[in-house]
Amino acid sequence: MTIRYTEDHEYIRVEGKIGIVGISNYAQEQLGDIVFVELPSVGASYKKGDEVAVVESVKAASEIYAPVSGKVVEVNEKLNDEPGLINADAAGGGWLLKIELADEGELDALMDEAAYADHTA
Amino acid sequence: MSMNTQGRPTAPQAASAAAAGSALLPEEPLLFEIGDHDHSGVDLPDVDVSDDRLGGLRRQSPLDLPGLTEPEAMRHYVRLSRRNYSIDSGMYPLGSCTMKHNPRLNEKMARLAGFADVHPLQPVSTVQGALGVIDELARWLMELTNTVAVAMSPKAGAHGELCGMMAIRAAHDAKGQGHRNIVLVPESAHGTNPATAAFLGYTVKSIDANENGTVDVEAVKAALSDDVAAIMLTNPNTCGLFEPQVIEIAQAVHEAGAYFYCDGANFNAIMGVVRPGDLGIDAMHINLHKTFSTPHGGGGPGAGPVVLSEALAPYAPVPFLRRDGDKLELIEHAGAESFGRLTAFHGQMGMYVRALTYMLSHGADGLAQAARDAVLNANYIKAKLRDVMSAPFNGQPVMHEALFDDTFLKGTGVTTLDFAKAMIDEGFHPMTMYFPLVVHGAMLIEPTESESLQTLDVFIAAMRDLVQDAKAGNVERFTSAPRRAPLSRLDETRAARQPRLKWTPLDNSREAAE
Repeated sequence: MTIRYTEDHEYIRVEGKIGIVGISNYAQEQLGDIVFVELPSVGASYKKGDEVAVVESVKAASEIYAPVSGKVVEVNEKLNDEPGLINADAAGGGWLLKIELADEGELDALMDEAAYADHTA
Repeated sequence: MSMNTQGRPTAPQAASAAAAGSALLPEEPLLFEIGDHDHSGVDLPDVDVSDDRLGGLRRQSPLDLPGLTEPEAMRHYVRLSRRNYSIDSGMYPLGSCTMKHNPRLNEKMARLAGFADVHPLQPVSTVQGALGVIDELARWLMELTNTVAVAMSPKAGAHGELCGMMAIRAAHDAKGQGHRNIVLVPESAHGTNPATAAFLGYTVKSIDANENGTVDVEAVKAALSDDVAAIMLTNPNTCGLFEPQVIEIAQAVHEAGAYFYCDGANFNAIMGVVRPGDLGIDAMHINLHKTFSTPHGGGGPGAGPVVLSEALAPYAPVPFLRRDGDKLELIEHAGAESFGRLTAFHGQMGMYVRALTYMLSHGADGLAQAARDAVLNANYIKAKLRDVMSAPFNGQPVMHEALFDDTFLKGTGVTTLDFAKAMIDEGFHPMTMYFPLVVHGAMLIEPTESESLQTLDVFIAAMRDLVQDAKAGNVERFTSAPRRAPLSRLDETRAARQPRLKWTPLDNSREAAE
């Protein structure tokens, strides 16, 4: 299992061909209480950098960009009723969507845990 | 009990009576919760129409309208108005909103029957005076901006942006440049700028600000291409700074075949001092409710006329005015170049009268003085607070608004939001907060020229007192604020997660009795 981060504070946790995408704990802290999440349709394909979801907090609405290219295979339906899951557990129960990676090589351009820690320091 | 600089008690218990809504500021129920079916403010005669003709469809239950006597209805609205806070009740330093005083002379003029009672479908020959006002206002706007045309019909700033950008699109189409699909927007822009561009189908490309909070001409040049339709730049910008390279930016944009849309939201800082046309703008909206003292909301729809350069003038929307000797004509159908009709009628007569009244009562020299005073006031606040608060961009002088970030609150446990809420307890409407986004925890303060030195000093003393308390660790004063407002801190998270969008009766006893 590998976890990688984008400069825009999305994470992707890769297990085999599937990547679980969410926002980092740092992003969740900056946004404050999340009140609404707009998720993509299962089966839709996105290119790396495409807007794939929207997370709205009491402070701002933020677009979530696909950290890699691929097809959405599952979304976290629980967030529709409980957007606060992102605040409670961004890295775990607050995941947004699962994406089937089109090109694992794209992961190389993302940051690992240590690099992301530097990025947000 | 500690006393603040205005001599009012600041201990929490002193505020409880007002916060609970008692005595002279009671909680106000809805009309539906006061009234009942049995009362009415008017005496209506009994219905003398026979029921037969309704075919048995006569209403069986009472119409659920709140019946109130005239005093009850009057008191309801007067009590609600007392809970309001407005520029008429105190300082309203909301940054980038230019909350200036609305002179009563404006209101007096707008109520003249010849302006207040005209109908948009009246024959043109009967409204020559009203058209004369629009024409004169248009000429003032063109003179102040050194432009050759103005579209009067847009209803507000963002609507003006739409109008200007539609003129730009029409101009590109006419030149066979319809493929241009990118609009450049600096990151400090008002949110309406990228929204307008996106609404028209353009792709928005953001331009980063430099370390001084302004836009570099080199960054613009790097982003320009044959696909760029326009740049949308606010000047003075939302950091309260005049863009020093605006002329070079205009040149670069024009050389690339694109147009320069200027957001005129902050025109109050340069009115009568700088003519945007001299800077190379092609289109700019002017918020009459900001710069020219017409009411912000509540006073009816707004007005955001758009001035246009020679290059864009042919593409202006209809209708517009044409002077033929002493006679004014309303041109409803123009040549093929016009992008068409933006609104049903010509615009907001009441706003035009107010804005022109403001101009005529100030005179050209008075308008320039107002701009200078607005800038002086903002710099006075900045100079008096910069030693205790933190100003980004090297603390350089500003135009119409003073911008602070939240560095000075670091480690205090007080956020920009808490600080703003505490200002309410001191009797001030909070400043704009968390905007512009380029500054962390931004606090954007725009006093305008309306505030006297005495008011500014009271405001500054209140701010310094708050800063001192925050740094001294009195977090409670901030996190529990506001305590003296009609309502205390609202649960914004719950309001957004579980919104109550429909009114439901407090109790069902009334329905049960029916």
